[in-house]
Amino acid sequence: MTGPRHDPDMIRPYVRTGGQNRPSRDVRLETVLIAASGPTERLGPDARRVMRLFAGGRGGLAVADIAAALELPPSTVRILVSSLMDSGHLTSPAPVQEGRPGLDLLEEVLRGLRELV
Amino acid sequence: MDSANWSDQPAVHYLAPAVTRSAKIVVAGAFGVGKTTFVGSVSEVTPLRMEEPITQASVGVDDLRGTPHKTTTTVAMDFGRIHLLDDRLVLYLFGTPGQTRFRPLWEGLTEGALGALVLADARDLEGSHEVLSLLEEQQTPYAVAINVFPDAPRYPLHEVRQALALDPDTPLAECDARDRRSCVYALITLIEHLTARHAPAPLVEPRP
Ligand SMILES: Nc1nc2c(ncn2[C@@H]2O[C@H](COP(=O)(O)OP(=O)(O)O)[C@@H](O)[C@H]2O)c(=O)[nH]1
Ligand SMILES: [Mg+2]
Repeated sequence: MTGPRHDPDMIRPYVRTGGQNRPSRDVRLETVLIAASGPTERLGPDARRVMRLFAGGRGGLAVADIAAALELPPSTVRILVSSLMDSGHLTSPAPVQEGRPGLDLLEEVLRGLRELV
Repeated sequence: MDSANWSDQPAVHYLAPAVTRSAKIVVAGAFGVGKTTFVGSVSEVTPLRMEEPITQASVGVDDLRGTPHKTTTTVAMDFGRIHLLDDRLVLYLFGTPGQTRFRPLWEGLTEGALGALVLADARDLEGSHEVLSLLEEQQTPYAVAINVFPDAPRYPLHEVRQALALDPDTPLAECDARDRRSCVYALITLIEHLTARHAPAPLVEPRP
């Protein structure tokens, strides 16, 4: 490997998110979303596609699930979802914790994994 | 784009209503080490795929619309998930090659991750250095699992540890990415390591 270790020309693609290029809040790939409320007629086409996934109360989905289902780049979905949380259309039952995961989450995951084997 | 799926309702697997927390682990490693296989072995849904187009500009432009001299590469990430603790917790596993040239994507992936499990192939330990240095640079804690292929040499683990230049406390295990139990044990090894890092440090007098 002789190439440059850092490529400053790497830039994110322009995305159809109403001009935003970063999420307005901390939304991660594993952030779980459920439908809240709110009229959807004024939303853009991609935001409406997101909301259609949540129609009928079939359950929650994480950002990654939405990206896979709609075949949208995860960076785009993070922005769409953060706007939909700002507008009250989506909410998360599992709010994002800042920074590195805490010991309590690690211990829960450990307990859960041990139950499998 | 032109899909035969006229119903506009893709087959989507929804999360259990009891889910109140989520967590993520990154499964990283060089091409062909068994990341997708590993994720598929643990996941309760067939691994899903996300694609992120990455545009590489030849000059320092900040507007991508219609500007020439650019190439777009698509980086694919597989992921899977598993409900734990009577469905209260969902764990996501993201498989990624973790190449330096996809650094912006990689940062979004490791942000908030519990840690990373690095899969390595004993036939190509050199191939793991790029992902290991990326994780170290980002201070993402990790454990290493050698995915054992039948025709691969079985070096003593202390030699592998040396070849990979691992810290003495970095866990190093072997696994079979096709076997669910083996994969879950590798994940347990990682989480035990992460938990131990949180253990209260011995009390010392603060330095003046
Ligand atoms: N024998 C053996 N083959 C494996 C194992 N894990 C993966 N493979 C095979 O190795 C190839 C690459 O695995 P894949 O999971 O696609 O690697 P990735 O590029 O890291 O996602 C596939 O053909 C797998 O079937 C393993 O533990 N043992
Ligand atoms: Mg793969």
